[in-house]
Amino acid sequence: MADAPASLAAPMNIVATGVTVHYPGQPSAALDDVDLEVVPGRLLAVVGPNGSGKSSLMRALLGMVPLKRGTVQLAGRELPTWERQDMARDVGVVSQHESPSFPIRVRELVEMGRYPHVGRLAPLSAGDRASVDAAMEQCQVLELADRRIETLSGGEHQRVRIARALAQEPRALMLDEPTASLDIRHEMEIFQLLRREADRALAVLVITHHLDMAARFADEVLLLGCGRRAAYGSPDAVLSPGILEEVYGWPIAVRMDEVTGSLRVIPLSS
Amino acid sequence: MSGSGTRPGFGALSNGRPWGVGLGLAALTVLVVGLATRFGTVTISLGEILALVRGGGGDPTVRFIILELRLPRAILGLLVGGGLAIAGAVFQALLRNPLAEPYILGISGGAAAGAVLVLALGLVGSASWLLPGAAFGGALLAIALVFGVATSARQRLDVRVLLLSGVVVGAFFSAVIALVLSLSDASTVRDAILWMMGSLSGATWRVVGIVALYTVPAAFVLLALARPLNLMAIGEETAGYLGTDVERTKRRAYALASLLAAAGVAFVGVIGFVGLVVPHTVRLLVGPDHRILLPLSALGGGVFLVMADLGARTFLAPTEIPIGVITAFVGVPFFLLLLRRSLHG
Repeated sequence: MADAPASLAAPMNIVATGVTVHYPGQPSAALDDVDLEVVPGRLLAVVGPNGSGKSSLMRALLGMVPLKRGTVQLAGRELPTWERQDMARDVGVVSQHESPSFPIRVRELVEMGRYPHVGRLAPLSAGDRASVDAAMEQCQVLELADRRIETLSGGEHQRVRIARALAQEPRALMLDEPTASLDIRHEMEIFQLLRREADRALAVLVITHHLDMAARFADEVLLLGCGRRAAYGSPDAVLSPGILEEVYGWPIAVRMDEVTGSLRVIPLSS
Repeated sequence: MSGSGTRPGFGALSNGRPWGVGLGLAALTVLVVGLATRFGTVTISLGEILALVRGGGGDPTVRFIILELRLPRAILGLLVGGGLAIAGAVFQALLRNPLAEPYILGISGGAAAGAVLVLALGLVGSASWLLPGAAFGGALLAIALVFGVATSARQRLDVRVLLLSGVVVGAFFSAVIALVLSLSDASTVRDAILWMMGSLSGATWRVVGIVALYTVPAAFVLLALARPLNLMAIGEETAGYLGTDVERTKRRAYALASLLAAAGVAFVGVIGFVGLVVPHTVRLLVGPDHRILLPLSALGGGVFLVMADLGARTFLAPTEIPIGVITAFVGVPFFLLLLRRSLHG
């Protein structure tokens, strides 16, 4: 099985230009004229209120919703020219929800990350197994290998799904609220993992509600409000009280945290 | 399977269990075909069967019973049972619903309506292909209707709509059947009910050939969709992100699994529970990987149906019980047990 897509030569830049998405039957656009760029080695955090278009943006970048206007390029190739299987070899995705309809074990779920690389019926090769083990090791889920998915805690399940994305050996990662409803330790572990992946030259895009984590771990932050780009740039530039108050509709203070050396966002009382 | 030291996962293949189950089922298949050719209203001695296998002439009546009655009947049972089990496994993955079965999408309703119409109009005698032809046509009509409704929204095949419209289309055909039967005489009603309960008694080598022509290629194409089906069982969005063309997979799997069910129902009537009981049992034994689940379900479905047919022929011999009664007697307790398990899940 040829493992190298033709696009391997081009760096895995994710570039969106003027992306507009309008769902049929909706009065206004879910996304309106959004630009962004994520390059290998960088971590972009997409933040914004509920319903501001974060998940729609991720789906648009992955070709899952039709664009009304604008273009998306992955590794220099426009979206419509990407086959699903090629994309799955280059981009690992962790979506918001999934629930297997039959009992399945952790290792079986992570092994699905190899599907884009193997033949229709062929068993996994020793190399595939090694990729699966490495991904599980990185996400610290090796000891869960024989557990059934439905017996895992929320944090364990998310780490397993991230392991599956890493088993794809992608050049880019996109995650939709990977730390929603996770405790401090699991949230920190996941953001540190994403930072490490960015540092080993993956392009990483993560949607999150945790502005402090965005400030601490992201190279750039994209703030969405009502489907539009409210602010885009370094965390220090985006996370200003004025912009945040307007987008979130709530009084907000921003302070430099001495311990972390990054900004901390403090919602005030109304 | 593989000599590498890492622990198996989907390679449950490498711990040997699927091979054990598969070999066991293959042996069972040979055994039940043997039993089905030996037993019936007339029991044939092993010596006579062996003589026949060796190519000896033997008693022409025995020869006829075995080669022209019981053997095609057993082979038809293997084909239809295997097809129904594969269709059940595919629908369960596709509809993401463990209680899905091959007829859930109105297929049996359409087929039965076609068959009942032919019976009520008294056309059965006019041509041997008319009854299965009408049943197959009814099934195809139901499939087309359900598919049309489920794809009308946004050009996508919505599996929830598929399920709903299947149930509704099935209800409509039930009403058609009720109307036709209420206007028919008693003997037609009896024929119709017997047809609907299913029977392998129409088996001839020609029928076996026709069913094989539909079943075998469809089964192989579905087997090639095994990995996409594994992903579909996790979720459509995830399946897309892991490289599956979700729409194409859904359409192919729906069309082929429906065709498998329709081909079966057209020639043997509505036989319930094979497509429900068999894939679930096999899944419990070897796990949810469709590369293993589909072929083993095919073997298991064949064994189950041939056994049920043997029961149908012998329990009250010479009277034949409808085979659907036997599969339901086994299937219903199993289904309830399954429901209990899933509720305690």
